[in-house]
Amino acid sequence: MFNIYCPYCEEHREEEEFHPKGQAHIQRPTDPDACSDKAWGDYLFFRDNPRGIHHELWVHAVGCRKFFNITRHTVSYAILETYKMGEQPTITAESLASEEKQGDVQVADGGLQTVGASDNSVSESKGAKV
Amino acid sequence: MSKVAVFDTRPEQAVRAESPLAITRLADRVASNASAEAGVTLREKAFLGHLILRGGAIALDEAVREVLGISLPAKPSALAHDESGERSIQWLSPDEWLVIVPGGEEFELENRLREQMGDAHFAIVNVGGGQTVIELSGPYAREVLMKSAIYDVHPSHFPVGKGVTTVFAKATAIIRRPSEDRWELVVRRSFADYCGRWIIDASEEYGLNVLD
Amino acid sequence: MKHDKQPNRLLEGGRIDRDRPLTFSFNGQSYTGFAGDTLASALLANGVDIVNRSFKYSRPRGIVAAGAEEPNAVVQLGSSEAAQVPNVRATQQALYDGLSARSTNGWPNVQRDLMGTIGKLSGGFMPPGFYYKTFMAPASMWMTYEKYIRKSAGLGRSPTESDPDIYDHLHQHCDVLVIGAGPAGLAAALSAARGGARVILCDEQETMGGSLLDSREMLDGQPAAQWADSALDELASLDNVTLLPRTTANGYHDHNFVTLHERRTEHLADVAPLANGRRQVRSRLHRVRAGQVVLATGAHERPLVYAGNDVPGNLLAGAVSTYIRRYGVAPGNKLVLSTSNDHAYRAALDWSEAGREVVAIVDARANPDGELVTQAQALGIRVITGSAVVEAKGANRVTGARVAKIDIDGFKVVGKAEELTCDTIASSGGYSPVIHLASHTGARPTWRDDILGFVPGKVTGMTATGGANGVYALAEVIADGSQVGAQAASASGHQTAPIDLPSVAAIREGAAVALYQVPHEKTTLRAPKQFVDLQNDVTAAGIEVATREGFESIEHVKRYTAMGFGTDQGKLGNINGMAIAARCLKRSIPEVGTTVFRPNYTPVTFGAIVGRHCRELFDPERYTSLHEWHIKHGAEFEDVGQWKRPWYFPQTVNGKPETMHEAVARECRAVREKVGILDATTLGKIDIQGKDAREFLGRVYTNKWEKLAVGRVRYGLMCKDDGMLMDDGTTSCLGENHFLMTTTTGGAAGVMEWLELWHQTEWPELEVYFTSVTDHWATMTVTGPEARNLLAEITDIDLDRDTFKFMDWREGKVAGVPARVFRISFTGELAYEINVQANYAMPVWEALFEHGDKYGLTPYGTETMHVLRAEKGMIIVGQDTDGSVTPEDLGMHWAIGYDKPFSWIGKRALTRPDTRRENRKQLVGLRPKDPKVVLQEGAQIVFDPDQAIPMAMMGHVTSSYYSPILDSGFALAVVKGGHKRMGDTVYLPMADGQTHAAEIVGPIFYDPKGARQNV
Repeated sequence: MFNIYCPYCEEHREEEEFHPKGQAHIQRPTDPDACSDKAWGDYLFFRDNPRGIHHELWVHAVGCRKFFNITRHTVSYAILETYKMGEQPTITAESLASEEKQGDVQVADGGLQTVGASDNSVSESKGAKV
Repeated sequence: MSKVAVFDTRPEQAVRAESPLAITRLADRVASNASAEAGVTLREKAFLGHLILRGGAIALDEAVREVLGISLPAKPSALAHDESGERSIQWLSPDEWLVIVPGGEEFELENRLREQMGDAHFAIVNVGGGQTVIELSGPYAREVLMKSAIYDVHPSHFPVGKGVTTVFAKATAIIRRPSEDRWELVVRRSFADYCGRWIIDASEEYGLNVLD
Repeated sequence: MKHDKQPNRLLEGGRIDRDRPLTFSFNGQSYTGFAGDTLASALLANGVDIVNRSFKYSRPRGIVAAGAEEPNAVVQLGSSEAAQVPNVRATQQALYDGLSARSTNGWPNVQRDLMGTIGKLSGGFMPPGFYYKTFMAPASMWMTYEKYIRKSAGLGRSPTESDPDIYDHLHQHCDVLVIGAGPAGLAAALSAARGGARVILCDEQETMGGSLLDSREMLDGQPAAQWADSALDELASLDNVTLLPRTTANGYHDHNFVTLHERRTEHLADVAPLANGRRQVRSRLHRVRAGQVVLATGAHERPLVYAGNDVPGNLLAGAVSTYIRRYGVAPGNKLVLSTSNDHAYRAALDWSEAGREVVAIVDARANPDGELVTQAQALGIRVITGSAVVEAKGANRVTGARVAKIDIDGFKVVGKAEELTCDTIASSGGYSPVIHLASHTGARPTWRDDILGFVPGKVTGMTATGGANGVYALAEVIADGSQVGAQAASASGHQTAPIDLPSVAAIREGAAVALYQVPHEKTTLRAPKQFVDLQNDVTAAGIEVATREGFESIEHVKRYTAMGFGTDQGKLGNINGMAIAARCLKRSIPEVGTTVFRPNYTPVTFGAIVGRHCRELFDPERYTSLHEWHIKHGAEFEDVGQWKRPWYFPQTVNGKPETMHEAVARECRAVREKVGILDATTLGKIDIQGKDAREFLGRVYTNKWEKLAVGRVRYGLMCKDDGMLMDDGTTSCLGENHFLMTTTTGGAAGVMEWLELWHQTEWPELEVYFTSVTDHWATMTVTGPEARNLLAEITDIDLDRDTFKFMDWREGKVAGVPARVFRISFTGELAYEINVQANYAMPVWEALFEHGDKYGLTPYGTETMHVLRAEKGMIIVGQDTDGSVTPEDLGMHWAIGYDKPFSWIGKRALTRPDTRRENRKQLVGLRPKDPKVVLQEGAQIVFDPDQAIPMAMMGHVTSSYYSPILDSGFALAVVKGGHKRMGDTVYLPMADGQTHAAEIVGPIFYDPKGARQNV
């Protein structure tokens, strides 16, 4: 049961109020008729399934009914930030990787969770954003 | 014809109306349980005027202040009342508010708001037939809400003047706190009976009193 | 017989009330205990040695522990059938007058057990991995095996009668949730609460206080229990604290969501007594969202693994202390203690102080030197060092202990064993922090060599304290708890207010030694059974066999042996099992790792899980404003989503109620010949306003909207961007910038979200707003040749056929109520859909019936609606389509605007090669060759009935009914390339061996030109 910060209601709400809507930042081609079958098929059917940072579209269905985005870690289930439609994430797989490199810590590979200092970076960024 | 069709749905002459909770026959169901010491008191505030306002906060605020004499609540989940306490506006979303007024006022209110809003991008929708207000009070009203709703109703988190849309049992409801000792649920007509029966059940250990 | 006295009850001591004797029964025999007892302490007081038979080997088993980790005393509770509760730990069940319990296991009875004989006769009856070896095949036999296994394996049974009790859920929110009210938890809760945080403190036991309740230590010069009492008094006085005794934290989920199982009346009776004349909740599930979680769950003592360690009379050392100090029960007379650490010496000291004989303390360490050792020696207790109990003797009760010097590193017995006569063996192999809850989150625990145990892994927002974090010395535990509580308060924005620490007379303890399985003179495989997991009957030999058979991952060893399965969740045996696996695999314990503990920590009743969501409140039932009328008029109802819709209205004809077939035929004829009325309120309705409303409609519907005039209505198809139909309905132009969209009943919420999705994510620049008005309007469909005549009697709207045409809408009054009337038809007949504000629906509906008699007005339900629309070839989304059907497949080219300027949702996909395939399944009509046949919906269609099985399936029936007007069965179906197969004969082979033949025809069976709706 996630606890999700709605960027419009400006508070944490229980997961039951939300619906997940899949990968975020999938933009409909502006000229679909000019798309090749392959490009259109990619848009329709193909989605990322990363182990780690994932940007997802959610809607506060039982609430303000607004769509927004979540940056979520698919292993630890930590929600690193939520942001409104039209905004870009401040936390990405790349940004975390470079942060960790600077901090000289690693994300454990074999376990079921993010361990060590990387969790701190996660909670710090959570505090900053959410 | 105007670009938007306004429509007064209330009959001019007296026509029997049935509130959404009428079917539940609440008073009959709890007769055996009702007592002076009941921990929870329930009252349906039926047939009120309900309008949904959609639009930009700045334009709507001006219109609402002009017409209703209340500032549009700009903060999320804020609930504002006029001095009489009979008219309220609640923030539902950054571009959506719920206005509840005494029954019969809503059509004129809609027309006056439309007039004020002019050509701005907005919408006003009468939803009064589709929802009803259930008022809960009494020393155990908050416990009944805790049994029913996933939202935190602790006074430190849910002060007077707040209202949220959330999950109530397996339905959706707006929970509002108009005053220290009263809570209001705004429930959809088709779920009203379910919510009513749920409240009866959840109040069992405290005793429920139903007011007309 | 030991009925009316309690042979093991001490004359004084314990937190029991000797003035309140309670009578209870166990396995049909009556006993007496005292208020304050658990079922387990009362059984021990009464000298009941055997409480169960073991899972696999059916060996007699006694009480081992005093808390949640008890593996054997798992009982079936309840004096009546309806009150049955399985899998209750006797150690966690408070005694009440009239309590009735039975052994879960032990069929036909625990004293003389049939299975025991079988188990003994066939030694290899259930080897490790027996599930897999025995039940791999044939799969169909599983049902047989399962029944037998459940009966003999002691999984308890559910009641066969309805539960008289009520249960519920409470949604809780707090800053700090403290789990466990021992010294660490109390200190944490106090300091967090003093800082102003909203605190919930829960504890699974009857009385809060944890280890303080049987501690030997003094706090501020007073017994530790007194400190606990005053801490609890303060907590109870604070408004910001919720105390939940008898409440087990059972599951720890994402983002600090914790489920607590509170047993509110289980300590009073097996059916909740009335309170103030009202029923009260028997048990309650608290669904807690906590800002911070403080895990103060303490530690479980590890038993040593030695031969015969399952014979009744083998107990945990700490449990012995608890029974003596808390319950005034000495569970035997002559004690041998086998230990690897100082802490366990308390058991011997307590035993001795209770006036019973301590035969010896057998210490695995060569030179134990702590204060407790000195105390024991001062009492004259014999301490045998460098040794361990290598084997317990006895069958139904311990009769002796074989003690020998051991070489721990060499894993062997050195020297000759000595046999000591005793009836009780207490053992302690150290302490395992209770990490179960933290493990639920997926956090991998960390092994610590200094405490010889795992501590919880890192979980955001969670801190473990005290025993749960490997801190055991009382002074340190309280200090740690206080600090952790203060930090948790601070992390949730409150003050930091650590408590004043009590002065503790610290007891110096020497270092423990790592000992798990005790060596035996014989090899593990040949020695008498050395049990690791008593509940699942897993032995050290079983684990050794598993590792020899190649199971190297601890998760595989677990599954192969069943170690830590089920309700046990490895509380007592897991670390020992891992240590044995590590020894066999020649690895360290952290290298072997631990298995994942899962919710629930202890069993939770279904009542608590379900709460109030049962019976008529299981799921919402949505009613229209006309529901009472339907009930009064005898409607049978159909569930459509959560809505209750009238299905048909059976009448009584010649004293007999109509069958559904008869009622539907009558209703169909009434609509085709006279006039019928349908409650269509459940259709989704969305009010759409804004200057771009029309543009938006053009993008989400497949057809054109730019020319729809005010006062007109149009049918529209809605696709997903893959070109597949998702919903349909009519949309009316109310004003130039104002539309009313209708959706299918089931699709209403989804369509609303769909519109918002596109508006908010792709086209925010369009000025349009959507508002659901489904519940605001009641909708009544009046349809049939007499519809106009009927409606004309009670409306001021001009119904002239040339000015109020098909697909027009008008507003006016119906029965004095303002109404919008839409001339649309889902029956193919003349039809008016009347929308009035829902509060006024009933008088309008009743007025129609007042005037309708002379026209033969007939109410009809969804079944008739289905027949009538199918006769007209009108689809129902979700019945005739399934998410793989395009508008082209339905033959609805007329509703597709390929030349619209905007590439509307679904358009591009309709030119993909797959959607242009000629042999796609296409909607057709089927006319059975035998008109009496009504084809089965879902029946598969083949072209050649004589082909070999498996046949090539070319389509299926989507809708099929008997048509009263055609006096024939008819169907809609999807058939590969069906549009080009008109006139072909297809076949429908049925499960009963029959094969039906049918002709492919167009989907419109009645009035193909549509004349009747235009009259």
